[in-house]
Amino acid sequence: MMFVPGNNPGMMADAHIYGPDSIMLDLEDSVTMAEKDAARLLVHNALKSIDFGGTEMVVRINPLNTPYGKKDVEAVVKAGVDVIRMPKTETADEVRELEAEIIKVETELGCVGRTLIMAAIESALGVVNAYEIATASKRMMGIALGAEDYSANLKTQRTPGGAELLLARESIVVAARAAGIACFDTVYSNLDDMETFRKEVELIKTLGFDGKSIINPRQIEVVNEVFAPSQKDIDKALRIIAAIKEAQAKGSGVIAVNGKMVDRPVVIRAERTVALAIASGILDKEEAL
Amino acid sequence: MRHTKVVTLEEAIVKSGLKDGMTISFHHHFRGGDKVVNLVVAKLAEMGFKNLHLAASSLSDVHAPLIDHIKNGVITKISTSGLRGELANEISHGLLKEPVVFRSHGGRGSAIASGELHIDVAFLGASSCDELGNASGCPRSENAKSICGSLGYALPDAKYADHVVILTDDLVAYPNVPKSISACDVESVVVVDSVGDSSKISSGAIRDSKNPRDILLAKQAAKVIINSGYFKEGFSIQTGTGGASLAAVKYIRESMIEKGIHASFALGGITAHMVKLHEEGLIGRLIDVQSFDKVAAESIAKDQLHQEVSAVEYASADHVGSAVHALDIVILSALEVDVNFNVNVLVGSDGIIRGAIGGHPDTAEDSALSIIVCPLLRGRIPCVVPKVTTLITPGKGVDVVVTEYGIAVNPARPEIAERLKAAGLKVVDIHELAAKARSIIGEPDALPFGDKVVGIVMDRHGKVLDEIRNIVD
Repeated sequence: MMFVPGNNPGMMADAHIYGPDSIMLDLEDSVTMAEKDAARLLVHNALKSIDFGGTEMVVRINPLNTPYGKKDVEAVVKAGVDVIRMPKTETADEVRELEAEIIKVETELGCVGRTLIMAAIESALGVVNAYEIATASKRMMGIALGAEDYSANLKTQRTPGGAELLLARESIVVAARAAGIACFDTVYSNLDDMETFRKEVELIKTLGFDGKSIINPRQIEVVNEVFAPSQKDIDKALRIIAAIKEAQAKGSGVIAVNGKMVDRPVVIRAERTVALAIASGILDKEEAL
Repeated sequence: MRHTKVVTLEEAIVKSGLKDGMTISFHHHFRGGDKVVNLVVAKLAEMGFKNLHLAASSLSDVHAPLIDHIKNGVITKISTSGLRGELANEISHGLLKEPVVFRSHGGRGSAIASGELHIDVAFLGASSCDELGNASGCPRSENAKSICGSLGYALPDAKYADHVVILTDDLVAYPNVPKSISACDVESVVVVDSVGDSSKISSGAIRDSKNPRDILLAKQAAKVIINSGYFKEGFSIQTGTGGASLAAVKYIRESMIEKGIHASFALGGITAHMVKLHEEGLIGRLIDVQSFDKVAAESIAKDQLHQEVSAVEYASADHVGSAVHALDIVILSALEVDVNFNVNVLVGSDGIIRGAIGGHPDTAEDSALSIIVCPLLRGRIPCVVPKVTTLITPGKGVDVVVTEYGIAVNPARPEIAERLKAAGLKVVDIHELAAKARSIIGEPDALPFGDKVVGIVMDRHGKVLDEIRNIVD
């Protein structure tokens, strides 16, 4: 998920050419108070007029308790955004309040249920409430960590190893998995240190995250490389899926691949490997089918 | 030394027999740091010369003082490869009575050799020179301060001009060898304080572009080359100096190492990137008409396999021996490309001259595979257009256009399109790219051109290719 300032038309128009899985146009922290209205108008028109080539479009709105939040919701829902990212989420009630705002606009448009919600968890209270937040609405598609505000709230600071974020990261992954939704890690903002960035991506992949938030197209390649499964893993996954299909066709419940029994978790992992390989561009969709 | 050719600039001019209406020439190896053109023309103005034809291999921002000399009638005609900055802006608005004649580097070399462009007096800056006129772009003493490496664009002038004056800021003991320009071709040597501002002559070390769009374009260009069918043992290559071109070299290098492929030579303007590949053993020879940075200038001074060539040897269409005839792959940039693959590198989308032809048409036409790398959009300016503002490189010489929105292949090269598609690259019709640009930007207003011809574009074979009209504000 690539962050793009909502007040920069050049960056917005170009963002999708680098092939991020999703683009997050930002109306919150990257836009100054004086530019909030202009950026909202710009993002609204960008969503309506730019061909983002099928990339999932997310907009980070301002908090609903600011003078801008509700106007942001109206503007982006009317422009057909896929996902609204709510910043600094601390309770399930805040998600439900956002949902009510979305429903208001969707009802007016006659398209109730279209807009999904992602909640950014950026405080200790948010981490404690992660599961309630993740399950607050059927529209919840994912939760994400916002590490700058979170570490400030913890009264610590970010370190290259990320020890201060470990509990939050694990809590968010566990909450997301328990709720059956996706989870995304925070940004890494030193563009000149690709090595530390790579280590961080490797860490969060191991922890179980579905993806990483990024602030520059140059980071896309590293994320794709780390998340991309190996050819060996892909081949194995394809064999398992083929065996499953064959077994289903025969009506057989239990299958074995290379002499090993394949149970449900193995199949789920195989399907995830194939999905990742397709998303990383190393496996053709038709080839996988 | 019994003989010396060292004289003052004024004495050199008097001795040359220069008269009103004659042609004087300059090279552009000192690029944005050049002091020779302004120094010499100021002296000619002071001495009362009028109606001179200034034939430079190229002119840039630093030559804005020529505006006053044009207004005063000292310079009434210009031939060059390029124009930039305020001088270009004024000329685009009709400053000169006669149109500027634009030629490619190869075209200029041919025109000088054939006598079509006759030079009466050449004023050539050199980084080092001895009292008899053996001149070089390389440093030969601790006092060397304006180092440019190759003097390739000055060599036709030195060989064919009636009278040659070398200007140097480092007079060294005879013999200044190895030499680029021979004393036998030189009539006078003038010692000046400085021929160039070294900080603007060339940059220092390699700087890799961090612009994500450049990186994207570079990766695509590298993939085109690797899958084109021309990427094989002994291939030859030329690249420009834009961010995307330089970054492409990095990715090509990785593939050369991985596949064990070596290039026979790299041609043209040589950069630190090419020197690095040469020193790593990946490129056999460097054929250098212009050393683009400090690393390249240092390399040509010490490396036998890094050779200087003249503009004629580099890119002349008429000479069987010119290096472009042996060139496999060239990566070039563009201000605009049109749906017929024609390229403009000279006139901006505002109708104002802001570039240089360089070796663009020479290398595009003669190479086996020419790749234009340009973004679909620069800000709100579309770069793939229905028709180029000014025709510089005809589309028949252009094979592939790489943009961030897809790769277009000239329909005359279906085999290349097939190879790229087979490699999984996104090959699109160039009309689609032009339409995509229009869909984002909208339809630009027509440019307000006037009726006055301010520039003539010659093709590399000596025929008129296009004309540039004045722009009206």
